[in-house]
Amino acid sequence: MVPITYYLWLAALLFTVGLAGVLLKRNALIVMMSVELMLNAANLTFLAFARQSGNIQGHAIAFFVIAVAAAEAAVGLAIVIAIYRTRGAVNVDEVRALRE
Amino acid sequence: MPFTAESVTFSIFAFFTIVTALGVVLSRNPVYAAMNLVGTFFFLAGIYALLVAHLIAFMQILVYAGAVMVLFLFVIMLLSTGEEHLEPERHRLMQYVGVLGAVGLLAVLSSVIARIPDSSMGPLPDAARFGTVKAVGTMLFTEFLLPFEVTSLLLLVAIVGAVVVAKERI
Repeated sequence: MVPITYYLWLAALLFTVGLAGVLLKRNALIVMMSVELMLNAANLTFLAFARQSGNIQGHAIAFFVIAVAAAEAAVGLAIVIAIYRTRGAVNVDEVRALRE
Repeated sequence: MPFTAESVTFSIFAFFTIVTALGVVLSRNPVYAAMNLVGTFFFLAGIYALLVAHLIAFMQILVYAGAVMVLFLFVIMLLSTGEEHLEPERHRLMQYVGVLGAVGLLAVLSSVIARIPDSSMGPLPDAARFGTVKAVGTMLFTEFLLPFEVTSLLLLVAIVGAVVVAKERI
């Protein structure tokens, strides 16, 4: 049996990689992909603790996280398309004002 | 960790999960990043299957590696001129400080995880039912009925919002 700490290490590493991607990358699409990585790290933690405690409710939370991530991807990509249409770029540094 | 089939499988899946996740962050071309992300989702689905979360593992592949990634690739194809990733990325000082902060977060998480007693996971109380479609579905439609229905409302709002935001002229 793999101890739970190994799963938690993996989740922590995955979350850190995602956070570094959000902070380092300037392409809005890759920033959103990094956010997906962070959501998956949270899911992994929920599932690991669900497995350890034998409580299946963690699977329900993981299910809702997947649904919210799908909604977030749809709305976020729509915003990226709208920004590209008005500014011709998907660089997050160039998008500073909420107006226009 | 004893040298069992489970631990070997976990090591392989975990290694490739991290490698492909680094590929997402380090690749300059969004298409390569998306392909690496597909790999991450598949290897994570393997890890979920190791955690006896069969339904979530399948949903990971169907929803993430299927629907969400098609959406990402579709938007990349729609937007990419193919040139912008060739010019060198300018990194500001604040970005490196941010990455330093991420590493600091990893240090904090490590100190927390190191305090957890190294308890291996025992046998499941009802191993035949744990994580199956029947068990999770029954729970979703009894205990979590209201959140489940609210999720459908959330998805509807997301669909309408995406159309409104992305459409040029309503």
